[in-house]
Amino acid sequence: MTGSEPENLEVLRAHIRRLEQSGGARRDGATLSLGAAALDRRLPGGGLPLAGLHEVRPAHPELDDGPATGFLLLLAARLLAARAGRLLWVSRADDLHAPAAAVVGLSTARLLRACAARREDLLWALEQGLDCPALAGVVGEVDAVDAVAARRLQLAAEKAGRPCFLLQRSAAGTQGRLAGSPALTRWQVAALPSDPGLPDLVGRACWQLDLLRCRGGRPASFEVEWDDATGDLALAAPLRDRAAAGVA
Amino acid sequence: MISLWLPRFAIERRRASPESAPFALFQREGGRELLFAVNAAAEAGGLLPGMTLSQARALCPTLGSEEAAPQQDKAALARLADWAERFTPWVALDGLPEPGGGAGLWLDITGCAHLFGGEEALLRALLAGCRQQGYAGRAGLADTPGAAWALARHGCEPGSNRRRIEAGAQREALAPLPLAALRLPAGKVELLARLGLLRIGDLLALPPASLTTRLGPEVAARLRQALGEKGEPLSPRRPAPPQEVRLAFGEPLAAAEDLARAVDCLIGRLCCRLETAGQGVRHLRLTLFRAEGSRQELELATSRATREPAHLARLFAQQRERLQPGFGLDALALAACVVESLSALQMSLVAEPSGQAGRPADPAAAASEPDAAALALLIDRLTLRLGAGAVGCQAPRQSHLPERAVTRLPALPTRRAGQWCPAPPRPLRLLARPEPVEVLAPMAEGAPTRFRWRRRLHRVTHAEGPERLSAEWWRDGPIDSRDYFRIEDQDGRRFWLYCQAERWFLHGLFG
Repeated sequence: MTGSEPENLEVLRAHIRRLEQSGGARRDGATLSLGAAALDRRLPGGGLPLAGLHEVRPAHPELDDGPATGFLLLLAARLLAARAGRLLWVSRADDLHAPAAAVVGLSTARLLRACAARREDLLWALEQGLDCPALAGVVGEVDAVDAVAARRLQLAAEKAGRPCFLLQRSAAGTQGRLAGSPALTRWQVAALPSDPGLPDLVGRACWQLDLLRCRGGRPASFEVEWDDATGDLALAAPLRDRAAAGVA
Repeated sequence: MISLWLPRFAIERRRASPESAPFALFQREGGRELLFAVNAAAEAGGLLPGMTLSQARALCPTLGSEEAAPQQDKAALARLADWAERFTPWVALDGLPEPGGGAGLWLDITGCAHLFGGEEALLRALLAGCRQQGYAGRAGLADTPGAAWALARHGCEPGSNRRRIEAGAQREALAPLPLAALRLPAGKVELLARLGLLRIGDLLALPPASLTTRLGPEVAARLRQALGEKGEPLSPRRPAPPQEVRLAFGEPLAAAEDLARAVDCLIGRLCCRLETAGQGVRHLRLTLFRAEGSRQELELATSRATREPAHLARLFAQQRERLQPGFGLDALALAACVVESLSALQMSLVAEPSGQAGRPADPAAAASEPDAAALALLIDRLTLRLGAGAVGCQAPRQSHLPERAVTRLPALPTRRAGQWCPAPPRPLRLLARPEPVEVLAPMAEGAPTRFRWRRRLHRVTHAEGPERLSAEWWRDGPIDSRDYFRIEDQDGRRFWLYCQAERWFLHGLFG
């Protein structure tokens, strides 16, 4: 018996992480901070690993599309701020409104948009994008993906060392906790009523952010406040104390 | 220049009856049926174009006849011209319909003859191909279109179907030919015959300076055109591409790997040519000439000017399964249809891919040259599979209407995109078409308190507005202005609703 228990646990976790990596894949361990310390602390590397697949889904397929898109834009903007190159954004419908994306800090000149009518074309385009050294990462909007397609994307992302953010616009929200996935993380976003202190004005958006799956970490839930004028994320004010206590 | 003449094109196009049976095409003209074209057997029976059909039947009771279809003749000639483009990219139609149902083509074979083993071999291949398609043709080859035309129609030796003369030999070759070989109207030829001028040589014997004054400008002009003293502009069917390379095969080529190798070979040669010319290609066309006469064209575009063989080869490799050589290919042509100047310096620039000043000046977006090449390749491959227009950038447009505020730019824009105007908050998702909502408790001058969208009831807890956006009166469409509201419901979901002419619509979703 050498060392204390937490140290042993850390050694074991690192060992498992090495085992989980596919052959030939490299992981430089770079991570992407979400811009809120309370969230980053719950992720194993202090942020989202850059080499891998991350899934985002709305809690309610139709109604929570806005919050899920907002979280995706936040990830994309933080990625572009951290890495050089362009971001490939592939979708089936062209309904992302670029002026709003520009407001939250996403440079539209660095955004390469592609519309794919068929699902297999969309997945092919994402794989091509992951393969291209000139891109910072790729974002895909799909209805839902099966485990095989997700596995392919995860392997491609791991091999290239670039992130692939996947928005599953019509994935069933409640089953997300149960279904297995090769993705590194899976997030579910739902809207929350905003601060009731402002009776007539629409204040900052509040989300229920659920980390349903996290490789090397544990599921977690956060109530966050998103500033849609700057794209910054913060824990929602009334709940800040409770969440901080939960982490500690 | 080659002039190809198919004297019985309209008849042979039908291929209805055996050669030995008399056959004629007729045209209706003011209630009469006049012969338009006759085949060899009918001609031997004394029939001539211009006779009435009843007169012809009286002379030749076994005559088969059909009505002429000039439009279909034209289409058939266009197909033949398509086929003939395997010899040269420059093919022009020679006036149709010719009296008597003939037709002709011009082929400019400058720089093409060596691919087929010389001019004589090219002529042989051209006529053999016509024969295979059922057309008996005659061809003349000379320096000028006029001389070639004359040789094809009047200059072939008996028993031969082609005549080629050396460069600069027009004068000697044309002298013994009749005056009709100068493309003069029949009336003019007759007039000259009455003056005792029967052969081109008779004209050549006259003092050249007096030709115009004595015989009119047309005769002099045609003579000088045939001799090459005066230029004759002709337009090809399709504009010749700025750069083109082609391969002709002795044996039809059908194997997929041979085809791939041939395409690679053409790409290499085209890139060499582009380098010499200091150009890069933006639009390419690969044409497959199948042995049986049809052809397939494959076009692809690039996001920036390039002459990188590896780049082009990967684009074609992606399309490989679309190439259908059929039973084999006679020839393969690769044309650069749109080129831009691209210097060697630009190819090696480190900072920006093509040195264009208008690129967004985002320091983080500036990529090193290998990355820029990789990005261009990615864009081209995506465009090829997803379709033109599916890949691009979004840029602001000056409009207050949200659906018109965004415009698409090419993926590698050549001009700097403008700045997004600061505006009140805009939704993250903008519905392609606004969806009507049912407002249950409207307020007199403001937001609704409850509304129904997609069969779900939303109770409004917060609302901001109105933001009035006027219609653009200079465009078609409804002219009512819209009052937009930002609305949050009891679950914290945020919507963008507007009221136009007392009807409510949902236009977008906020984060």
